[in-house]
Amino acid sequence: MEKMLLKRVDIPNANDIDVALKHGAYGALSAAFGMRPVDVVNEVKRATLRGRGGAGFPTGLKWELCARVPGSLKYLLCNADEGEPGTIKDRFILHQDPHLLIEGMVISGYAIGAERGYIYLRYEYPKAIGILEKAIEQAYAKGYLGKNILGKGVNFDLSVHRGAGAYICGEETALIESLEGKRGQPRIRPPFPASQGAWRKPTVINNVETLSNIPFIIGMGGDAYAKIGAETAPGPKIYGVSGHVNKPGVYELPMGTTLREIIYTHCGGIKGGKKLKAVIPGGASTPILTESHLDVKMDFNSLVAAGSMLGSGAVMVMDETVDMVNVAYVLVRFFAHESCGKCTPCREGTAWLYQVYTRLMHGEGKEGDIDLLLYICETVKGKCFCPLGEGAIQPVLSSIKHFRADYEARIKSGVVSH
Amino acid sequence: MLTEQEKQEISEELKHCERPEAAAIEALRVVQKKRGWVSDASLRDVAAQLSMTPAELDAVATFYSFIFRKPVGRHVIALCDSMVCWSLGHDDLYKLISTKLGIGYGETTGDNRFTLLPASCLGACDRAPAMMVDDELFGPVTPETIDEILSKYS
Ligand SMILES: Cc1cc2nc3c(=O)[nH]c(=O)nc-3n(C[C@H](O)[C@H](O)[C@H](O)COP(=O)(O)O)c2cc1C
Repeated sequence: MEKMLLKRVDIPNANDIDVALKHGAYGALSAAFGMRPVDVVNEVKRATLRGRGGAGFPTGLKWELCARVPGSLKYLLCNADEGEPGTIKDRFILHQDPHLLIEGMVISGYAIGAERGYIYLRYEYPKAIGILEKAIEQAYAKGYLGKNILGKGVNFDLSVHRGAGAYICGEETALIESLEGKRGQPRIRPPFPASQGAWRKPTVINNVETLSNIPFIIGMGGDAYAKIGAETAPGPKIYGVSGHVNKPGVYELPMGTTLREIIYTHCGGIKGGKKLKAVIPGGASTPILTESHLDVKMDFNSLVAAGSMLGSGAVMVMDETVDMVNVAYVLVRFFAHESCGKCTPCREGTAWLYQVYTRLMHGEGKEGDIDLLLYICETVKGKCFCPLGEGAIQPVLSSIKHFRADYEARIKSGVVSH
Repeated sequence: MLTEQEKQEISEELKHCERPEAAAIEALRVVQKKRGWVSDASLRDVAAQLSMTPAELDAVATFYSFIFRKPVGRHVIALCDSMVCWSLGHDDLYKLISTKLGIGYGETTGDNRFTLLPASCLGACDRAPAMMVDDELFGPVTPETIDEILSKYS
């Protein structure tokens, strides 16, 4: 497949507008403005694009819900919080092709009737802030942002809003709270952001990669786009691969490429010729898979069928030397730290899990600890305010399911099992 | 007391915001830029400029990992301890830095040069193990490169 999303990422200085323009940036704007907003929404529906931020919600449907709400003040928010461990993909677009994202946002704003956009950027991408602000300034100067864009009467203002270190702010309603200047804690839904989001106005929140697909959908048409990759959720997908592989990095491949192809063909296999032990296919909150799952297609439905999730497409590879109790401990430590504290099951559940894992790590595991971990997961499952808690228990449940022997060995001997 | 320049920079931030409190994080960062951290007195001054109560602003300030409500050293090292960095050597790197500087997580060197903190995933898993010093990202960090990195900061 020819690269689309990462095409300009490989071109030096493509974050400069003149270079980007030479390579097709903003080319889809006039086509989009030649369509009615509702037709732009329909084109995205025909493309059957599903969100790349983690939940895989159909983008066209989300837009339609927002577009239909009466009122002229609406917001388009780009989720550039990229906090899910393992996730690196949006960074490449933010650093190397910000104009693709800006173009996608102008078209998306036009489609849903929003004239104000924000990019919510995580603090931990300090290089991106300068690049984005310069790109936005250049886009204003050339008339791709601001008032009366391309002389077509379309208005769209865009700025960057930075976080300050909080994974939960990637959750869409927590993101809105943070944008408004509050603690980044999730809101109850409904109302959904599409009807009442930022400052209680209709709001669409999309991931960086999702928005970056929009110019291509407009450029080639939804039907042609829908022919790329997996039938149920087509399009190009950026897989970010890290851990014990020879060539970690981002790979743009058709949605539905197998895990085996990603790891062995594109990433050069496991480091040091070791054997693969486990792989997390979609970021820290997606269930761990094993060698027996390598032929799974990396798309939304296939991964659910295999007992995991596509999440953010962040593939984390572990070789045979890794102890899965240790892996679960590190992941649980992350979730316990990042739980926002708003709801009891997540706040207490993650802290309790962390306590038990700390004991296991110190070689003080007790008979019955596996059952205790499973019990704690039960007290969290389906009971949390937002999906963070649900994500936190996935590494626990899946590591026990597939690697119970690692737990038993550790409880018995108190030492690391390889 | 905020300096004239700090007040000016916060006013500048306010211009981009829908409502004054939306500038909370940036305003705190303005203060932190020069002073390193946000004292109670600074917090009260910033709150007044944003038409927030000190309690409202403190709720925000204490929520985020990179707003410091306690003094930190001249430079802050944020070492990623999440999944991929862990699997590619975080623990050894931590021990090395900790031994070199004589501090553990949450501590500051006696000469006030560095504060060492653990960080949640920095989004640099392809460059693991990674760390940030102030506003700069480094990775992969190895025992061979660590001295050179630290020597950049005085
Ligand atoms: C704890 C948590 C963290 C999340 N972090 C992110 C993130 O960093 N980036 C992102 O795009 N979506 C993240 N999401 C998903 C968002 O809530 C939301 O579904 C997404 O931004 C919608 O965009 P999309 O439809 O384009 O995927 C997170 C969700 C949860 C529950």
